[in-house]
Amino acid sequence: MKKDSPHSSAIRIIGLGNGMRGDDAVGLVTARRIRQEFGDRVEVIEAEMAGIDLIDLMKGASVAILIDAVRSGKAPGSVHRLDASVSPIGGQVFPRSSHAIGVSEAIELARAMDVLPATVIVYGVEVGNTEIGQPLSPPMGEALDQVVKQIIQEYEACHA
Amino acid sequence: MTGKEEARNTRTIAVDLVARVEGEGALRVTVKDGTVQDVELRIFEPPRFFEAFLQGRHYSEVPDIVARICGICPVAYQMSAVHAIEQIFGLRIEGALRDLRRLIYCGEWIESHALHVYMLQAPDFLGYASGIAMAKDHPAVVTRGLRLKKAGNAIMTLLGGRSVHPVSVKVGGFSRVPRRSELEGLKDELLWARDAAIETVRWVADFDYPDFMPDYTYVALRHPDEYPFNEGQIVASSGLQISVNEFEQHFTEHQVAYSTALHCALQGSPYQVGPLARLNLNQEHVTPLAKQVLADRELSLPLRNPFHGIIARSVEILYALEESLSLIERYEPPPLPALPVVVRPGTGMACTEAPRGILYHRYQVDGDGVIREAKIVPPTSQNQSRIEQDLRLFMPRLLHLPDQEVALACERVIRCYDPCISCATHFLNLEITREGVA
Repeated sequence: MKKDSPHSSAIRIIGLGNGMRGDDAVGLVTARRIRQEFGDRVEVIEAEMAGIDLIDLMKGASVAILIDAVRSGKAPGSVHRLDASVSPIGGQVFPRSSHAIGVSEAIELARAMDVLPATVIVYGVEVGNTEIGQPLSPPMGEALDQVVKQIIQEYEACHA
Repeated sequence: MTGKEEARNTRTIAVDLVARVEGEGALRVTVKDGTVQDVELRIFEPPRFFEAFLQGRHYSEVPDIVARICGICPVAYQMSAVHAIEQIFGLRIEGALRDLRRLIYCGEWIESHALHVYMLQAPDFLGYASGIAMAKDHPAVVTRGLRLKKAGNAIMTLLGGRSVHPVSVKVGGFSRVPRRSELEGLKDELLWARDAAIETVRWVADFDYPDFMPDYTYVALRHPDEYPFNEGQIVASSGLQISVNEFEQHFTEHQVAYSTALHCALQGSPYQVGPLARLNLNQEHVTPLAKQVLADRELSLPLRNPFHGIIARSVEILYALEESLSLIERYEPPPLPALPVVVRPGTGMACTEAPRGILYHRYQVDGDGVIREAKIVPPTSQNQSRIEQDLRLFMPRLLHLPDQEVALACERVIRCYDPCISCATHFLNLEITREGVA
């Protein structure tokens, strides 16, 4: 069924976060950069505070790559790459969203309802300053470059 | 009493995280000698930051800024903000623009209520620890809930430009209004959703509810002609009937030591806002269809059990869908997407019905249209004292249970209010501290 959908071979890049809260915007800004790099070759979505709507945003893609801010105690700018395709990524790394349903919950809900894309990769960028109205802090720049590079590699691997 | 005896007679239950509320918060309950002593719902407070953040901003930026206070009820923040500022500028929004504002609010209610009913509160009644666990056993029900929520998203996206943090709401109207054909395009899905909403009311009405009926003071807007969204008097079940401009004379906020959120009281006492309060205070505007669905389940208004909030919320989903369909039916695009604005200095207030209850805004604007002062009283901070009171009343029947079960039961009480801690606060961790002999 999924294979017949128009997006069956689609790679979808979804940047998450809150654009008003400093480093929390890192996923959104990364998505923007990927859009510049790839043009129309991939579908890029900036999803501010998506919560449960993430299920719909992923639906129909065969590969979904998510980028979000995380806070696990590592140095700001550290990059996590988690494969959610087969098993849960856990809620420890990803803070609870203000919608009560965060990235890990939305992924698990999609899995429970059997609508999760075959491959789901989640990039988490460790954040520093998330004060309202602040710009991205310096460590985000390097992390952003790294995530973009890795996503380009993921894309090439899919199309090899 | 010695320190040792004191310690023996004092039992503390701590729950550090309240699950399935919008955001995170902390609850601390102290039980001493088998009696509930203290109940403290602790909350941090971003609206306070926003109040400061708004100072010095141009009035035209306000709708976009306040929309970011909450990802669940951005329209409510925008509506209270634009109506307060329009009061200062002497603008009155009528006709199709007024209808569109009702319609976008319907979208937000549907979206917010469907999420809470299906994913956040229903698991409490069906014995699941989470919406995810419930989805495994009831995929069809959860699919219905998510599609219902999506119907609300569709309204928000069409009118607001996007489903989260809509961008088209502005002082005077909208930056763009839809064509008739665009609204017509929503009709089929909304008709499906109306039937799904009827099923939702029937579904939740059949849940088993604890027998719990505190004596509440309900507070909501009331309008002579319609179920309230953007306009009306503030009324209370105690008989209070005031204009929105009198809000601060009757409702006072006070700081409590354990929380950075302000608690709001009506003449010194806790009160309840939200779907139950609205429904009970606006019975004459409940549609015949909704009344019939309730009657079929042998339910009649007023509903006095806080756990029936899920029924009230479901009835409001149905109302919002019926109202959406009727607003779309009569829609003719307005001549202009927004009324022209003439800036003048002054102070304006507005109160609108956010999904969780009345949301009060006051702004002071100078002659250049710059915000000098902003005050925001969100529904969750109004319900906070009432939630604490409910816990005090509900806990005695739980005290024989182990701490963990008490904590879960307390969470269920809190969730009745669908507290939006991200509105009233930043992160809500639930911490229940209980002291006393087991």
